[in-house]
Amino acid sequence: MLHTVNKSPFQNSALENCLRVAQKGDVILLLEDGVYAASAGTARSSLIEQAVKQHTVYAIDADLKARGLGNLIKDVRVASYGDFVDLVEQHPVHAWL
Amino acid sequence: MAATGKKVMVTVRKAPHGSIYVQESIEVMFIFATYDMDLSVVFMDDGVLALHPGQDTKGLGIKGFMASLGALVDWEVTKVYVDRQSLKERNIAEDAIISIGKDEETDAPIRPKVLDSAEIAAMMAVQHSLVSF
Repeated sequence: MLHTVNKSPFQNSALENCLRVAQKGDVILLLEDGVYAASAGTARSSLIEQAVKQHTVYAIDADLKARGLGNLIKDVRVASYGDFVDLVEQHPVHAWL
Repeated sequence: MAATGKKVMVTVRKAPHGSIYVQESIEVMFIFATYDMDLSVVFMDDGVLALHPGQDTKGLGIKGFMASLGALVDWEVTKVYVDRQSLKERNIAEDAIISIGKDEETDAPIRPKVLDSAEIAAMMAVQHSLVSF
């Protein structure tokens, strides 16, 4: 299963709700404002720091660059839009809007 | 800006790029700047993310508004503030936030002034109107 999260972790609990349900081995993809969760050293970093132990976590490159985010949590992988398409092909998708 | 005008505050609490709110708030700042009013602007909560350094929106195919923020002082929008706690929670250094203009004499960047919650609350309490984004 591929879980996509596009909301800031400071704005609502979409990412927390996602991580509560996601099973070990599921893939998490952060996009749009969701990529703020991949930033290191914030008050919400622990969510993804824990998630990477059970899931492969991706963040969309263009969204990271648009927001000036370069200091990412270790083990978060940077994905292109092409990678996004590949992931969607490989998994059923649930979008945590 | 004449100090006799009404006191109006724009608050920005949304993250940039994911929605149109921040873009709209900047448009409103420039519109207000043309009127005789005592305008102040506060970035707080996710709004402080609009001041994150190094934003490059080319990959999204949108222009972005970092240049507009950099022109606020030129438009005499000088009372621009940012919430200290919101920056800290998002690991953004106070001296790294993007500038809103340059000092005329020294050319030094002018950045939004960092305030504590209590200072922001006191400023909010004396406004005639508040416009929230």
